[in-house]
Amino acid sequence: MIALLLRDLRLATRAGGGFGLSLAFFLIVTVLVPFGVGPEGGTLARIAPGILWVGALLASLLSLDRIFALDHEDGSLDILVTAPIPLEGAVLVKAAAHWLVTGLPLTLAAPVLAVLLHLPGPGFFWMTVSLALGTPALSVIGTFGAALTVGLKRGGLLLSLLVLPLYIPTLIFGADCARRGAEGLTAGTPLLMLAGITLGALAILPFAAAAAIRANLR
Amino acid sequence: MVELGKYAGTVLGAYGVALGLILGLVWLTLWQGKRMRRRLEATERELGIDG
Amino acid sequence: MSIWEYANPKKFMQTSAWVLPWVTGLAFVTLVLGLTWGFFFTGDDYRQGSTVKIIFIHVPAALMAINAWLMMLVCSLIWLIRRHHVSALAAKAAAPVGVTMTLIALFTGAIWGQPMWGTWWAWDPRLTSFLILFLFYLGYIALWEAIEDPDTAADLTSVLCLVGSVFALLSRYAVNFWNQGLHQGASLSLAPGERMAMTFKLPLYVAMTGFVLLFVALVLIRTRTEIRARRLRALEARGRMG
Repeated sequence: MIALLLRDLRLATRAGGGFGLSLAFFLIVTVLVPFGVGPEGGTLARIAPGILWVGALLASLLSLDRIFALDHEDGSLDILVTAPIPLEGAVLVKAAAHWLVTGLPLTLAAPVLAVLLHLPGPGFFWMTVSLALGTPALSVIGTFGAALTVGLKRGGLLLSLLVLPLYIPTLIFGADCARRGAEGLTAGTPLLMLAGITLGALAILPFAAAAAIRANLR
Repeated sequence: MVELGKYAGTVLGAYGVALGLILGLVWLTLWQGKRMRRRLEATERELGIDG
Repeated sequence: MSIWEYANPKKFMQTSAWVLPWVTGLAFVTLVLGLTWGFFFTGDDYRQGSTVKIIFIHVPAALMAINAWLMMLVCSLIWLIRRHHVSALAAKAAAPVGVTMTLIALFTGAIWGQPMWGTWWAWDPRLTSFLILFLFYLGYIALWEAIEDPDTAADLTSVLCLVGSVFALLSRYAVNFWNQGLHQGASLSLAPGERMAMTFKLPLYVAMTGFVLLFVALVLIRTRTEIRARRLRALEARGRMG
């Protein structure tokens, strides 16, 4: 399983991998928003947590179809299904690899980009914590969506449509946690809910995703 | 005719949209059903099977 | 007769052919009765004026939008556990009906909200939940359409329906948390002596019955169509081989 993780990471960091793509997208969104909204600091500070969260969500959505598509094309997915490790575990590893190349860099980049959006001081900590807790859920949910659409030629649009409503609770609690943090309120409740979603998704969705892959490859 | 007062447009609009959608769905369902029955019957005749 | 690989579809076709005219007729009668009663023979609300009449469409549609998803959930479970083909096809058949009901609830709500709340759309928890439900329906239908092999499609959509149900519930709570909202409380409550006068309740119940029957009739017809489509596929496959 560790070998699988390392292999996925190597593939992603090579040229043409998903590594830079989502990060670049995140950068573009946060840089473009002030041009659209206007440079007024108060407005930007108010919407900064939401923008960063939506940007991170869309950025991780962008690279979802890569999770299984390449493995499906070159046949290594069939090998994974018949491999001695349980498919659920392999799915979890895939999600972890996706998180390491998208969620983790996004989390680390968010405080830097938050400066551009005038995020108030106490918001930085909560922003980072909420993204660190929430992006794993995004990766796991996305892996499930990717598993559903693995056999399809042009599954990208369908994948977004399937995953979008599933992302909503994570987005609500994550952005709310960051917003409350930025406004100096207590952010504990949404943070706990966010952690609950992440843990629940980690516990349940690998099984659903594995079932979907088995159905797809039958 | 029933007196709807100043909200006549609202009420009639809501009923209109809703009935339109329902009738559209009913029509679509019936049309699809009919077309599928025809196609199935044609294929059955071709292959010489009876239902 | 070997084409009907499973005894169930055949029996379903027989039973539904017998039941269908009754359900359709009853649905038509109750719908016409409930809606004309609601439209022509109820008074105006003292606050909402005549817009209160919209409730006779809005509430039953919203009810069926949720119940259709519940029915799909049950059918998906039956398919995953027992592998009854009719069950999977019924879930497929129910989705477009459910999405129409969701749309009706959203549209009538928006039209009603315009004069009452002064806006077409508010990010009120219930409205938002219905929007999310609408997205779930779209995704579910799109997944059915996208996959060629019917059994694979049934498997995947069932899994999506199960996971979607969990997340739909989650969204419901998340959205409540996110915005407290300005929606009316439950319109129908069992607590005595409040909420709604009997003059509104009775036609509303009739309209609700009508919507339920309409849903059943439409799902039956659509399931029959799906079964025929399945049979056509099998016949065509056999024709190509023979």
